[in-house]
Amino acid sequence: MNRQRLIKTLVVSAILLLSGCTNIEPWVKPYERAHLADPVMQFNRNPVADAYFIHVTQSRESARGAEGGSGGGCGCN
Amino acid sequence: MKQCIRQWFATVLTSILLTTPVFAGILSGEAPDFTLRSDTGENIRLSEYRGEVVLINFWASWCGPCRQEMPILDELHNQYKGLGFTVLGVNVEQDPQQARKLLKNMPVSFPVLFDDRSVVSKEYDVIAMPSTVLVDRDGNMRYLHKGYKPGLEQVYLEQVRELIRE
Amino acid sequence: MAATDSQNTAPARIGSAICRTLPAPSMGRIGERVGIWVTSLLLCLCCMPTHAGVLPDDRADAMYHSYDGGGVEVDGPSVLVLKKLGESVALTGNYYVDSVSSASIDVVTTASKYTEERTEVSGGIDYLYGNSTMSLSYTNSNEDDYKGNNASFGISIDMFNNMTTVALGYAYSWDTVENNLDSSFSKDVNRQNYHLGLTQVITKDMLMEFNFETITDEGFLNNPYRSVRFIDTGSPVGFSFAPEKYPNTRTSNAASIRTLYYLPWRASVFGEYRFYDDTWDIRAHNIELGYTHTLWDRWVLEAKYRYYTQDKAEFYSDLFSGPDVQNFMGRDKELSNFDSHTIGLGLSYDFIHDGWSYIDRGSINLQWEHIWFNYDDFRDIRDTSATPGKEKLYSFDANVITAFLSIWF
Repeated sequence: MNRQRLIKTLVVSAILLLSGCTNIEPWVKPYERAHLADPVMQFNRNPVADAYFIHVTQSRESARGAEGGSGGGCGCN
Repeated sequence: MKQCIRQWFATVLTSILLTTPVFAGILSGEAPDFTLRSDTGENIRLSEYRGEVVLINFWASWCGPCRQEMPILDELHNQYKGLGFTVLGVNVEQDPQQARKLLKNMPVSFPVLFDDRSVVSKEYDVIAMPSTVLVDRDGNMRYLHKGYKPGLEQVYLEQVRELIRE
Repeated sequence: MAATDSQNTAPARIGSAICRTLPAPSMGRIGERVGIWVTSLLLCLCCMPTHAGVLPDDRADAMYHSYDGGGVEVDGPSVLVLKKLGESVALTGNYYVDSVSSASIDVVTTASKYTEERTEVSGGIDYLYGNSTMSLSYTNSNEDDYKGNNASFGISIDMFNNMTTVALGYAYSWDTVENNLDSSFSKDVNRQNYHLGLTQVITKDMLMEFNFETITDEGFLNNPYRSVRFIDTGSPVGFSFAPEKYPNTRTSNAASIRTLYYLPWRASVFGEYRFYDDTWDIRAHNIELGYTHTLWDRWVLEAKYRYYTQDKAEFYSDLFSGPDVQNFMGRDKELSNFDSHTIGLGLSYDFIHDGWSYIDRGSINLQWEHIWFNYDDFRDIRDTSATPGKEKLYSFDANVITAFLSIWF
């Protein structure tokens, strides 16, 4: 439990620290993101159907959690 | 553990709310010259527009805010082109096919240039989509806008008018 | 070219000053305390969004879903609407119904077939501020003998010019379990979810996503209708039933990694691995592979395969030696040693592709999945001729179908 807490603190700290480094040049430039903007490159292309399939598995399996998030895409502003 | 995580959330949230995002900047220096093929087939060179105010807009067909901005730039171009102003659209896609299709459905009256080898995008250090650079009559870069949100057209109007009056 | 962004100095100085005056965490080890303060200071100093993000496009989806397997049939609608108000706020609403007709193996061996309806309604709001999106949502689910409530908060931050997205989420659920056979029965279940997600652009053709989630449950965690069985030489079948007894707490951890890789013909390959374990001693792994292919610009085909395997809960057994041999006893096949294989196919057609009136895009979709479940220590007790404990191991398969319409406007 203590080790878990420490790991979580370290992970979140690292992320928050790194978020300050806005001078890291993105190695994929915005004009190179055409493929990432394609609908086939979305983890969550059909949110309703994906949520349903998660419901089907969670009703019959013991495992739950860590099923999805957001990000990628066109990176538009 | 629950309290630790609750405190984390509170801290992250507070920190984020404290920062004020600003997405515009003042530029200096000569606008790098370039020659690109346009949608009409002919080559267009930036230095041909010396003496006029130029708004260079970097866009892509897959970028929602870029598409939203196009009609507004078209209107701006039509409104001020008689006073020595032009909009130059620079499409940054490596494959211009989608862009040409979009222009067929949503035609614009300003020249659209194709930067399919990303030469100009790199020279202008494009790090946001869309990006807009305003160049004055002497060929110097003056203003930069990263991204597009409705309401930005007011700022464009003010800055364009200012540069035209110079 | 040089750009002197005007956001560098004032807000950062104000931010760090306010950070210093925030009340110190009242508990925790020194390391944690230092960690929290160092990083919040750095965050205040450095977290300056240089671009704004955008909220996703408005959309509405209407779906019909159907599950048929192991004697259970469930179907119903699911409707989702996502609408922006201005450029910074988006509202979401979802309506979902499960109409259940259950003659599952547990139901036929201990009770009789039943039908039931579960309705779930949820509403949420997203707020975009700079590069961060904050979300709040509430969900209510209702069926005869189970009432669920869930409230969640999440924040998603785009960093490094949209190369990385970090998401943090917290949800709290408070449910009430009732019993159709006993109107005085009412127990509570409370649950907390903590989620951390990280999406990273690896190359112009590849994305990866990492997710960690911890869930803690407490309360009445079993099913008031379900039983365990134990050897009973006095019974004609050789065994008898007793109500199941579960611990009243459970904490689980899950970690997953997913990846999408773009193929030059407008296709992609998907891979996922998830690891799960919890305080009931259940450990599970699943992997999934998928392929998506665009055809003639308007058609999308997908195929997937998923494999799931789990180890049983510490207090699970198909057949106990007596009615009270352990503190905790369970015979829910969901807690047993089992694995499952799923194959899936999907077809999608963009009937509106280049915009028409107010609609930017519209698609109709059909997805079919077939799942095989194989249990290693849950037996099919419908076969009354076999010796208790030597019945055939249970297995079944299921068809899952979803048909839906999506429009973006």
